Amino acid sequence: MDAAALTSRFPATQDLAGKDMPTFRVAGADLLAAVAWLRDTQGFDLLADLCGLELQARPARFGVVIHLLSTTNKEYVRLHVDAADDRVPSVSSLHPGANWHEREAYDMFGIVFEGHPDPRRILMWDAYPYHPLRKDFPLAGIEVPFPAADVAEVTGQKVEPAPMMGGPFVSHGGKLSEGEPSALDQSWTEEKPKA
Amino acid sequence: MKITKEISIGDVAARSEELRGENMTLNMGPSHPATHGVLRLSLELDGDKVVKCDPVIGYLHRGDEKIAENMTYNQFVPYTDRLDYLAPLANNVAYAIAVEKLAGLKLPARCEAIRVLTCEMARISSHLLGIGVYAMDTGAWTVFMYTFNEREKLYTLFEELTGARFTTSYTRIGGVTRDIPDGWLPKVSAFCDGVERTIDEVDKLLTRNGIFLERTEGIATISKEMALGYGLTGPNLRASGVPFDLRKDKPYSGYEQYDFDVPVGAKGDCFDRYLVRMEEMRQSVRILRQVIKSMPGGAWYAEDAKKIFLPPKAKVMTKMEELIQNFMLVTEGPQIPAGEVYFEAENPKGALGFYVVSNGGGVPYRLRIRGPSFVSLSILPAIVPGNFLTDVASILGSLDFVMGECDR
Repeated sequence: MDAAALTSRFPATQDLAGKDMPTFRVAGADLLAAVAWLRDTQGFDLLADLCGLELQARPARFGVVIHLLSTTNKEYVRLHVDAADDRVPSVSSLHPGANWHEREAYDMFGIVFEGHPDPRRILMWDAYPYHPLRKDFPLAGIEVPFPAADVAEVTGQKVEPAPMMGGPFVSHGGKLSEGEPSALDQSWTEEKPKA
Repeated sequence: MKITKEISIGDVAARSEELRGENMTLNMGPSHPATHGVLRLSLELDGDKVVKCDPVIGYLHRGDEKIAENMTYNQFVPYTDRLDYLAPLANNVAYAIAVEKLAGLKLPARCEAIRVLTCEMARISSHLLGIGVYAMDTGAWTVFMYTFNEREKLYTLFEELTGARFTTSYTRIGGVTRDIPDGWLPKVSAFCDGVERTIDEVDKLLTRNGIFLERTEGIATISKEMALGYGLTGPNLRASGVPFDLRKDKPYSGYEQYDFDVPVGAKGDCFDRYLVRMEEMRQSVRILRQVIKSMPGGAWYAEDAKKIFLPPKAKVMTKMEELIQNFMLVTEGPQIPAGEVYFEAENPKGALGFYVVSNGGGVPYRLRIRGPSFVSLSILPAIVPGNFLTDVASILGSLDFVMGECDR
């Protein structure tokens, strides 16, 4: 692909010198025009992937990463976009396949895609209050109301955090049992502790 | 005869609004045999015709991407089994190659050949199931028994190779868990002969079958532009006439050494998607034979990657250096340099992509999984409306998706 043409056409674009494929940081205002230009003149006809990312050292908290593929020139390009105020323009008008990817990025990170035709959650249920892939969301999850309010009213059910005993990188202080090495809290299994 | 009243329906087109009944909303799934897992379609029906289709997914959402951020690279391998659980070996390989690309690791030829072998066996296994259940969806029961017979033989081979029939977890970053057992390759050769006969039998049972043709031909045609726009990959994209196969166009793991054809469909209807899968199985057998014939010797893991691949057990028990290496790798994980990588592998369902962001160390900062089934399902609202309710099962089967990979 023509990297010089992209950076001269969209002056706010920054070449990030990607190791595995050409990588650019595109300004949010240029995103639609840049994706359309890549599709129409450079042959990037397939949106391979679009995902959210919590940025580590940028003014914006979140970013969006788009991978475009050219089925004719057999090459990829990666675009990074910062989500200023957690907002990014939606590219689903150019690539209809971006629709679900953007819904997922909203669901998981809370990034709002401006101009998205169907801005609903996709993997979690509609009334779910959190965005679970944010770094401040605990791995175990947080107790939330049951999805069906009418059922919860009668049964008092809630969605409980996942049991973490024996899970990765979970360590408990305290005395180890005398028997075989195992997680301290065995309440998540139905087996009784060995006497 | 005296005519009491002359009745005529009149101009139906003009009266179409007046004659229209109430639309009905029907939930197909999440527990329905034709949805192949926990997919729910919220359908709006006008009589027998679908006017709106809204897929509801997420019933199998396990948060794999969140889990991956909290464990070492090798610990995540078993989770990749559960993406496309009909081709776990291919998922293992796709994930391992993505991380190895980030680490800049070069694998020995034998390891790459073993991986190609497992990937193609996984493809045959996945397509056998895909076609078997697709035939069942469209009313042909027998094919399922034929294809499952062959899959059973494959599972026996998988068990001999990996120790597990289903969730294989065969690859590690930098290699595979163990070398091929003695006498295993001739068994794969024998399987190749058998499966070719089965494919021919299935071909004779289905390809000229009148009922099957009526259920698939001309149904849910996906044009080339539409397939590209929605980002379809794999057999679904090729059935629409786009000759793009990552094994040919972005070769990985040594695929460029093998001679095979990429089948491409002409119309992009359900029947074409079936035909593409049938031919892909034959091509996979062709690749298998070439790999078996040219299986290189030598190391089956990256021996120089001391900070990435676990040393062999025999050395761990007898040598100090390997013991320390083993201890460091198990506690801290394979040491992957900082950076980002995106890698897609040509899996049976389409391109399975992994986007890995690393800050260095043994745990990824972000691991994104691009599931081809997720993308294949996103086209449903565009292709299902206008078809009859009975065709929905036919359309779903032809897309060959798996919910483990869609919901992740």
